[in-house]
Amino acid sequence: MLTVEGLTVTFGHHAAVDDVDLHVDDGHVLAVLGPSGSGKSSLLRAIAGLEPLHAGAVRWDGEDLANVPTHRRGFALMFQDGQLFDHLTVARNVGYALRLRGVGRAAARSQVDELLDLVGLGGYAARMPRTLSGGERQRVALARSLAAEPRLLLLDEPLSALDAELRVRLAADLRRILREAGTTALLVTHDQEEAFAIADRLAVMRDGAVVQEGSAEEVWARPIDAATALFLGYARVLTGRAAELVLAAAGRPAAPAIAVRRSALAARRPDASGAGGLTAVVRAVRATPDEVRLVVDVDGIGEADAVGAPGWLPVPGDPVALRVDPARLAVLPPGSNP
Amino acid sequence: MKRVAGLFALAAVPTAVLAVFFLLPVAGMLERGLWSDGDLDPGALLDVLGRERTGKVVWFTLWTSTVSTVVAVVLGMPAAYVLHRLAVPLRGAVRAALLVPFVLPTVVVGIAIRELVAPSGPLGFLGIDGTPVAILIGLVFFNVAVVIRTVGTAWESLDRRPADAAAALGASPLQVLATVTLPALRPAIVSAAAVVFLFCATGFGVVLLLGGTRYASVETEIYLLTTGALTGAVEYQAAAALSLLQLAAVVVLLAVAARLRAVPDPTVRRARPAPARPRIHDTPALVATGLVLLAIALPVVTLVVGSLRRDGAWTLVHYRALQGAGDAGGSGVGSGLLRVPVSEALTNSLRIAVDATWMALLLGLLVAIVVTRRARSRTEASVRNAFDGLFMLPLGVSAVTLGFGFLIALDEPPLDLRSSPLLVPIAQALVALPLVVRVLVPVLQGIDDRQRQAAASLGAGPLRAVLTVDVPVLWRPLLAAAGFAFAVSLGEFGATSFIVRADVPTLPVVIYRLIGSPGPLNYGTAMAASVVLAGVTALVILLVERLRVPGVGVI
Repeated sequence: MLTVEGLTVTFGHHAAVDDVDLHVDDGHVLAVLGPSGSGKSSLLRAIAGLEPLHAGAVRWDGEDLANVPTHRRGFALMFQDGQLFDHLTVARNVGYALRLRGVGRAAARSQVDELLDLVGLGGYAARMPRTLSGGERQRVALARSLAAEPRLLLLDEPLSALDAELRVRLAADLRRILREAGTTALLVTHDQEEAFAIADRLAVMRDGAVVQEGSAEEVWARPIDAATALFLGYARVLTGRAAELVLAAAGRPAAPAIAVRRSALAARRPDASGAGGLTAVVRAVRATPDEVRLVVDVDGIGEADAVGAPGWLPVPGDPVALRVDPARLAVLPPGSNP
Repeated sequence: MKRVAGLFALAAVPTAVLAVFFLLPVAGMLERGLWSDGDLDPGALLDVLGRERTGKVVWFTLWTSTVSTVVAVVLGMPAAYVLHRLAVPLRGAVRAALLVPFVLPTVVVGIAIRELVAPSGPLGFLGIDGTPVAILIGLVFFNVAVVIRTVGTAWESLDRRPADAAAALGASPLQVLATVTLPALRPAIVSAAAVVFLFCATGFGVVLLLGGTRYASVETEIYLLTTGALTGAVEYQAAAALSLLQLAAVVVLLAVAARLRAVPDPTVRRARPAPARPRIHDTPALVATGLVLLAIALPVVTLVVGSLRRDGAWTLVHYRALQGAGDAGGSGVGSGLLRVPVSEALTNSLRIAVDATWMALLLGLLVAIVVTRRARSRTEASVRNAFDGLFMLPLGVSAVTLGFGFLIALDEPPLDLRSSPLLVPIAQALVALPLVVRVLVPVLQGIDDRQRQAAASLGAGPLRAVLTVDVPVLWRPLLAAAGFAFAVSLGEFGATSFIVRADVPTLPVVIYRLIGSPGPLNYGTAMAASVVLAGVTALVILLVERLRVPGVGVI
């Protein structure tokens, strides 16, 4: 089990990581989610032993790792851009840690082949890294890290160098591979979808500090403050009268601030009986294959985002009725107004 | 703390070497230049600098360096374009051959130019023998290759599209050159010019051989003063004063050159477009390149021919004379102008070059590692920067200043190394050191530190990480640097001429002695020895070129 206590990393007078506490249970995957510049990469590098600690401790099963150099920690680090050794073949890259441990040639070979199969690159053993695509390189990097049989796998934005479609596919693969191997992992990323797809617990980091931690569902459903909500993909934060009206329409008790997702407001033609709903005027329309995205001016609330069913295309100026989906809004704790 | 201690350990050897072989000689020069009879006497320094001859020498150095730099840049530009941008036949071979003049021993170039402009030579009709023009030709010969390489490397990786865009907007080829291409190349041109100026201002062998006592630069003047060739008396104080002046000038020039050469991010590499087929409007550039290449080849050919001819007939007599020790005065080969046969001097040179090479490599590698090391803490960064400054300090000190410093500082307590066989290799290693460092630093800078971190996170210890990441990238540049160091050491004349022992002379020193002595056989033998020396150097450099190391272009 990884325990991080009061970890602080400073660059000059600036604390990149400020008094962070974290723990990762064996077999679990924790994602540290934060915008760029939040200090998440420094945190990861400090855990790997690549960044000196200003204060605090990194422990594994209670043992302080302060005097254990990177190569003795048993924490494999997978970089954003893989950092494959370009002069070695794919097989020799993957088998690197095995050779370091003195695994015999034949045993190493079969293990490498297994790992390459696991990441979907069977038959790539003799290729040189430069001939691979970005996605293939990341798979090789993953296999290389897994070959080290790390007690903790550290992943630094493992998928962000890849294009969107590949990212979704590889995220699912990564989750499956980590589960199958029972690997304990810590992932840092700025991409919330990547974090949700791979991790079972989330820690949200901002300005060097962890502002919220919990299971992925928990964090998703109840962001701790406005900034976190917006970072997690909520479209808007509403306060005061606007929050009251929306909550009333959803049939929930009043609160000072709420975060709403784009899909929290469902728009339809106003001719149906709109009792208990909100009414609005369309300001802008954008059609996508799945839905119609609207910006609407809601009576008593102001501008908000809404979605309409596909096939119905209102034009700006049209009146619409809005239904509020209670599951797609989050009540923010008091005192966290933007 | 451990990392800072490691930094100190790495820096220990170069620092010690520097303290003994750089700071001590400089202190010696300060002492000779500023103190007379135990009293601080800056007046003596001013007195030397105020002499009429000193003024003439400084002026001569300035104007010859400036003119040679301008000529070298103008001549080098078309060739840089043709050899790095166009698909001309033998491109690779010519580019490799162009490395040779740069490392050719200065005495060889001196004698080749002399043979060229002598009344009997191919350019004898111009009547420039014994004029400063001959010196200019020598300096340009050396440095055109530097311009071609430096500017060519930048030109090679220049994005073609802005020029295409300008052409599409209606710019003629000349306008494209003036408004798009030259501005983009300006940093490379300025940096090449700065380096060439530095080389010209510190050029020693060529000026000494072609100018003698009549036309002296600061460098040769220092030498002439210490040998007493000017007034018949040895003038150490004046030499020390000039050395200090030269030291200060070189440090300023180096700082300027370094600033002009600075690249914001050394890990970035630009795309390399495929060379284009020559077109009609390339004709002037092609013709100019041909002429430049001819002009570079001419002195070399003249030298080879001269070494093979005597009294209007082809002969190998000069090469046979290499077995002897020079002609002391009409009594034939072997009578002993020199204490050893010329062939033994070649053996000396080779042996010394081997020693100088390993020393330069060891020092250069340590220095390169220290100055490129990534600092993880502020303390480490400031310690690293301090070492960085310290090591860069002597990188451009001219060979003559170094040799003179050795001469006056290391032959008396606290350290007497005059009789040590290691003194000459050490001096040559220090001369070669900048080249080694300049080859290795970009390579080490280009290695992503995260590669080492990746290795460490997979369980590789520090040594193993270096074996995995650094060694595969570094061994070729190391070999190349070794080749350069070897070639530089073979031809080194400036520092060696001060400290060499008469019973263990190197080949360049012997060549200089032979030229300075009367007798056609001595002159012929010098030419033959020059051809041998040039041949060995060229061989080494062409082997290096086979390694195709990136970054060598910045020499």
